[in-house]
Amino acid sequence: MSDTLPRYMWRRAISPEVRDRIDRLELPFNRWGLDPYGISKDHLGLFLTVLGQAHKHYFRVRAHGVENVPAKGAAMLVSNHSGGLPTDGGMILASIFFDRDPPRLAHGMVEKFAQSMPFMGPWFSRVGQLPGLPEHAKRLLLDGRLLMVFPEGARGTGKLYRDRYQLVRFGTGFMRIALETGVPIVPIAFIGGEEAIPTIYHAKGLAKLLNAPYVPITPYVMPVPLPVQCEVHYGEPMKFEGTGNEPDDVINGYVAQVKERVEDLIAVGRGSRSRGLADLAEDLVEDLGPVWDGADS
Amino acid sequence: MKVLITGIAGAHAQLVALRLVDGGHEVLGIDVRAWQGAPRGVTIFQTDVRKRPAADVFRVHRPDVVIHMATVTHFNASAEQRYRVNLRGTQAVFRYCEEFGVKRAVFVGRHTIYGAAADAPLYRNESEPPLAVSTFPELADLVAADLYASRALWSCKNMCTAVLRIVYALGPSGRGTLASFLAGPRVPMALGFDPLFHVMHEDDAAKAIVLAAESEIAGVFNVAGPPPVPLSVLCRATHRSALHLPEPFLPRALGRFGLPKLPPGAIAHLKHPVVVDNSAFIEATGFEYSHDEHATMSSFRDANTLREDRGL
Repeated sequence: MSDTLPRYMWRRAISPEVRDRIDRLELPFNRWGLDPYGISKDHLGLFLTVLGQAHKHYFRVRAHGVENVPAKGAAMLVSNHSGGLPTDGGMILASIFFDRDPPRLAHGMVEKFAQSMPFMGPWFSRVGQLPGLPEHAKRLLLDGRLLMVFPEGARGTGKLYRDRYQLVRFGTGFMRIALETGVPIVPIAFIGGEEAIPTIYHAKGLAKLLNAPYVPITPYVMPVPLPVQCEVHYGEPMKFEGTGNEPDDVINGYVAQVKERVEDLIAVGRGSRSRGLADLAEDLVEDLGPVWDGADS
Repeated sequence: MKVLITGIAGAHAQLVALRLVDGGHEVLGIDVRAWQGAPRGVTIFQTDVRKRPAADVFRVHRPDVVIHMATVTHFNASAEQRYRVNLRGTQAVFRYCEEFGVKRAVFVGRHTIYGAAADAPLYRNESEPPLAVSTFPELADLVAADLYASRALWSCKNMCTAVLRIVYALGPSGRGTLASFLAGPRVPMALGFDPLFHVMHEDDAAKAIVLAAESEIAGVFNVAGPPPVPLSVLCRATHRSALHLPEPFLPRALGRFGLPKLPPGAIAHLKHPVVVDNSAFIEATGFEYSHDEHATMSSFRDANTLREDRGL
């Protein structure tokens, strides 16, 4: 399989660390570097190289309790959703890949509209982010994969800045799937997404034109994420007993427990992040101290 | 076991016949085309399955098993011809099966009936609806034939019926739907899309059909081999040049510039995957494929290169 120049350059662009970590993933890649879901080593390499830069240098993501994500086997990662664009999804995916040893690949569930978009749809598929269908969720879990779920859905990313860190209604489909497949739920709080893209308004007309659920407008108009420091807090796995065919009131009770756990983690995370930012500011003050002293005198 | 294969002169049906002969079965075949060099142990009746002489083959020879492979999948045939062969032919074959006490019937259908759509699950199981009837209207005759064959599951109580939905078969013969698509110097791709194609080696497809005929399975089964590959990889592995065209230009470009001629409905298949879950078939028969995706694509490429070198 000889490489053409673009493919050679593509492979050269993949960082050695990412290449090494991809080789340690438990995915059954064939000799073409493809797994049965069409995930491509080359696409994953480039995607995670870019994501890694954002994770380490742009959002400076700090992970707490990443050991709660099982080293092997299926689990459902359930997080709060925020930030206009799915920054949280990308950074949780990067955190599990870069902060965890051995690394694992989290599969997200992408909005169905993205699949019909040229370039975007195939790219999502090649990096293991499949359209949000119950069939995909069940199949991935039964195959022993990690599934990343945001039960707030588009309602979560569509939150305005004034409603930051206020969880909206959780869907219940994820709980029925977790019960049916018998997998544990790892609750997650993602802190920083709300500040990364502070949405103040939704351009509904433009969203309709693009066939998107919404288009976020920020104080600086474009929905470009700001380089704010982010944190991911992983809670201990929660296991629920059932078949997935329980009445709604039972399922709602289980969902409320997960939501409450995510809320607790958000509270812990916001406190930890404030302290982290305060420490950072203190370090900066110490570093800049003599200059300020000089200015004062 | 006496096995009758309809459409026996087709390249893939011939592989099935050879396997059955090797297995010690007596093979009869019906086709309007001749099979030059048919091996000993295969008796050919050159007729149309819808005509009276075909009924006579059932009446006189009383086959135990019928494998129905007389379907037209290419689009060079008119819609009317496809309807006549695919739907009316299937209807006639199942009528003879019922009338003349056939014990087992195997209908060889296509996985493409599931249709390609952005919001469809990646892996389709047998309970998925045949979306092709709306996404690829030109395949309506094959969808109808598949559903008609499935009807035998409840209407023919004394017959064991297996409806197989087989993924694209590819191999050295260079025949079949996918081989025709890859035959020209260029392969069309929709710009910005790279769907997964589910492909299996033609020998493995023949093996699966024979396995279905020999076992007593009844029901609808997806049949597949190795995991699917993106169309771009398929082009690379078979040494074809992919031509990426924006979707609005595709209908005008198909059939020109060395590109294959395809109906408008086929464009959805250049954007979205049609991949099947074959776990039910594996569970029922214990089927294992012998050729992985690399061997499958290489076998087609090598035979194709040889044919091109010889100017065939």
